[in-house]
Amino acid sequence: MTENAVQQESTNTPLAIELKDMHKWYGDFHVLKNINLRVKRGERIIICGPSGCGKSTLIRCMNRLEVHQQGEIWVDGIELDDDLKHIEKIRRDIGMVFQQFNLFPHLSVLENCCLAPIWVLKKPKKEAEATAMQYLERVKIPDQADKYPGQLSGGQQQRVAIARSLCMNPNIMLFDEPTSALDPEMIKEVLDVMVDLANEGMTMLCVTHEMGFAKSVADRVIFMDSGEIIEENDPESFFSNPQSDRTKLFLSQIL
Amino acid sequence: MIVHTPHPDLPPPSTSVGVIGWLRNNLFSSPLNSVFTLAAIYVLYQLLPPFFNWAIFDANWIGDTKEACTNDGACWVFIRVRFNQFMFGFYPPSQYWRVISSFLLFGGLIAYLLIEGLPKKAWIAAFTVIGYPFVAYALFYGGFFGLEVVETYKWGGLMLTLILSTVGMFFALPFGIVLALGRQSAMPVARSISIVFIELWRGVPLITVLFMSSVMLPLFIPEDIRIDKLIRALIGISMFQSAYMAEVVRGGLQALPKGQNEAAEALGLSYWQSMYLIVLPQALKTVIPGIVNTFIELFKDTSLVMIIGLFDLLSIIQSSFTDAKWLGFSVEGYFFAGLVYWIFCFSMSQYSQHLEKKLHKGHKR
Amino acid sequence: MSKPVKATAWWNNAHNRAIMFQVLLAAGVVLFFFYIGNNALHNMEQRGITTGFKFLNQKAGFGIIQHLIPYNEGNTYGRTFVVGLLNTILVSVLGIICATILGFLIGVARLSSNWLIAKIAAVYIEIFRNLPLLLQIFFWYFAVLRTLPSARNSLHFGQWAFLNIRGIYVPRPVYEPGFGWVVAAFGLSIATIIIIKLWAKKRQEQTGQQFPVLLSSLGLLIILPAIAYVATSTPLHWEMPQLKGFNFRGGITIIPELAALLLALTIYTASLIAEIVRSGILSVSHGQTEAAHALGLRPGKTLQLVIIPQAMRVIIPQMTSQYLNLVKNSSLATAIGYPDLVSVFAGTTLNQAGQAIEIIAMTMGVYLTLSLSISFLMNWYNARSMLKER
Repeated sequence: MTENAVQQESTNTPLAIELKDMHKWYGDFHVLKNINLRVKRGERIIICGPSGCGKSTLIRCMNRLEVHQQGEIWVDGIELDDDLKHIEKIRRDIGMVFQQFNLFPHLSVLENCCLAPIWVLKKPKKEAEATAMQYLERVKIPDQADKYPGQLSGGQQQRVAIARSLCMNPNIMLFDEPTSALDPEMIKEVLDVMVDLANEGMTMLCVTHEMGFAKSVADRVIFMDSGEIIEENDPESFFSNPQSDRTKLFLSQIL
Repeated sequence: MIVHTPHPDLPPPSTSVGVIGWLRNNLFSSPLNSVFTLAAIYVLYQLLPPFFNWAIFDANWIGDTKEACTNDGACWVFIRVRFNQFMFGFYPPSQYWRVISSFLLFGGLIAYLLIEGLPKKAWIAAFTVIGYPFVAYALFYGGFFGLEVVETYKWGGLMLTLILSTVGMFFALPFGIVLALGRQSAMPVARSISIVFIELWRGVPLITVLFMSSVMLPLFIPEDIRIDKLIRALIGISMFQSAYMAEVVRGGLQALPKGQNEAAEALGLSYWQSMYLIVLPQALKTVIPGIVNTFIELFKDTSLVMIIGLFDLLSIIQSSFTDAKWLGFSVEGYFFAGLVYWIFCFSMSQYSQHLEKKLHKGHKR
Repeated sequence: MSKPVKATAWWNNAHNRAIMFQVLLAAGVVLFFFYIGNNALHNMEQRGITTGFKFLNQKAGFGIIQHLIPYNEGNTYGRTFVVGLLNTILVSVLGIICATILGFLIGVARLSSNWLIAKIAAVYIEIFRNLPLLLQIFFWYFAVLRTLPSARNSLHFGQWAFLNIRGIYVPRPVYEPGFGWVVAAFGLSIATIIIIKLWAKKRQEQTGQQFPVLLSSLGLLIILPAIAYVATSTPLHWEMPQLKGFNFRGGITIIPELAALLLALTIYTASLIAEIVRSGILSVSHGQTEAAHALGLRPGKTLQLVIIPQAMRVIIPQMTSQYLNLVKNSSLATAIGYPDLVSVFAGTTLNQAGQAIEIIAMTMGVYLTLSLSISFLMNWYNARSMLKER
């Protein structure tokens, strides 16, 4: 199958994502400063930091929702530049989950999931629907397939959003504060789905404040402040033995 | 120990409910309000009975000539005698069926699209947009299937008013969407061209646009090509209307949360795919009331084509006043014209308000 | 190490694509203008139409029934332009003032707790905004004003005002030498009001005491000029219109064309302004009123300090666009022969001089300049008055 071939080819390169000396500005404001990051295949990375530190911007640069002005970003051995074909390939390869879910309110849950496979991967409708149902089952809401997003709870909507990304068969998943807009009782159902994904070996980058989740699944925790990566470490040392003062201050405020 | 005995429900004081309560609350709640109410009743008493006497009770309904109007009231005979002309202009009476069937077909198609829950709407919509214009052209103008050709200078009355407004709308909507997308675009050239176009047409009165299309347009095309007067008016109206439509659509585009676009991009949809599949379906749905409102404006504005010599509803009624056999019935004429315009505009604006209320309830279906 | 992947074709580059598209677009627009410009030059040559703005200095040779500056048939086309423009400005300014007053009254009436008043306002709004303006202009002009009696049988209000088929006649104020003092007194009272207002504001800030600014201002506005008027032995009298022969002489004449246009513009625009006022006031949520009442503000102060400032944010931009529409709609004057810009310049002058492109461009230019400058001001106002939010 061609999909396997693609997967095969991309797994040959050891790095899923590589950022080299990357900078970004909003007007005069220097949001991201000299970011260097190498994400290995199958690695699970948690990014945290105070609000406004640039962590969301960082992962939004990885699928070019934001454009970086300096440095290089490589995803699965393809450079992310102005080339539309490159952008297209990379976006197919990366799934993204947003804080505000961003489901399409005019489409049913099933249509939300099938949209991109049909129009981007050019799959036949039957096949796309079968795949979609499979993923909806995995996030445990196959019975809601014909409802509209407005009829679901926040937790259910976020699980649909995850299923929608998975339908594209991505190699990498980006999560931009996936539980921040949820009521406390719904956070767990979303985190459970994410833990399952992690256990299956998906490459994940996750911006989150859920430190319990970070401790249990992360291979590495990255701490950012004012546009820079301040500290990165395995979760155990990160939480028990933070190096910099800013990390210590941050941890003391949220734990 | 205190034993609680429940109080029975008592009726409210008679001054706060029933007819008296209602009158008290709504008409005589304060001395000032009472004065207003009495003044309003007096004014209505002065206006309404004479009006109804003129329009209905003392009116003349029967007859075929001016002499039949002997009562003091309105002479509706004038309207009855002229009715066909007011509806169809100088279209040959033997061919009226063509106009009527074309409008019936159009009304049926639109009704089908507006009623919720009917199947195969996509096909009906496609036919309305692609097939129907040809059918309508063949019926109105003729020249096909052995239908007699009716030149456009014979078109007139309500028929022309409807043609001008629907055709203007038909071209203005897609063009307006393109302009709105252009104005939102990141490309400076596309954006400036859209802005200049939109602001130019929105900044000038329709009358000057019509003057322009009737006097200047012939100068801009090669001299051996002649454009029909009706077509020239339609070009002017479509340009003018598309600028307004663009601003309505832009409102819908701006109201759409940014996350929708981002999610579409993150899934790998191209610009046109995300416009077609995600952005426009949602944006257009929210601006339907705005679109209907601009259509109402256009419908009223088509009356200006009189100035370049087309005989729309108002124009043909106006010109009928100069008929020597029927002098002095302008009030009846204006009243009739007003009634027709009002029924169309009012029902459309009620529909658009109904849609707006429904939209506010959210996307649940 | 990531090895470089070779770029695909150059047209896949987002940047290149954007440039290419825009170059094509710009070229298309330029070609289009070149094409129609070329045709226009050729056609005008064929028909012997001259170009340029020299015609503005030629003699017009036609009369205009209403001119705010001296004008006669011997004047130039350039002067007809100015006369028409002034007439447009006259009817627009009068229309804006009348429509605003009527519109506000009806909008407030629409929200009245008096059921009957609210319903009458609603009926007014629904009737007049759903009828074409041109129809309303025709109605007032042909069906009402043109059926009035002749000058001898004028309708009259005492010896002050007369109404007949030729127009409306009202007294004209005649100022005598001392009147300057009355004007000066009026100016003085306005200056005093401003000072009182500043002083009252400062005093309230410092001591908390309030001062009845509105009442004292009204008093000043009336009393000071009145004293001046009496002291200078009433230097103002009215010139009455009087029937001489077949027509009235003296006083101010309002031609029926102006009256019909003004009536229709006022009534039509007021119905739209009333809706704007109503929706503006309703847009301020009821919670705001409740919060203000709960803080102990009286209804009048609630309206002044809480409701109106918020409603104005919604009302003013829409109101401006209605004013612009009114100015543009005043061009319907052509249909009944009121000599506005479109009627005398894009109408009569165009027919005589024949230079369609220059004349229509000048006419459109006037409206365009006005619209653009107003919308520029509006954008500035909106940006300034926007609620500060994160």
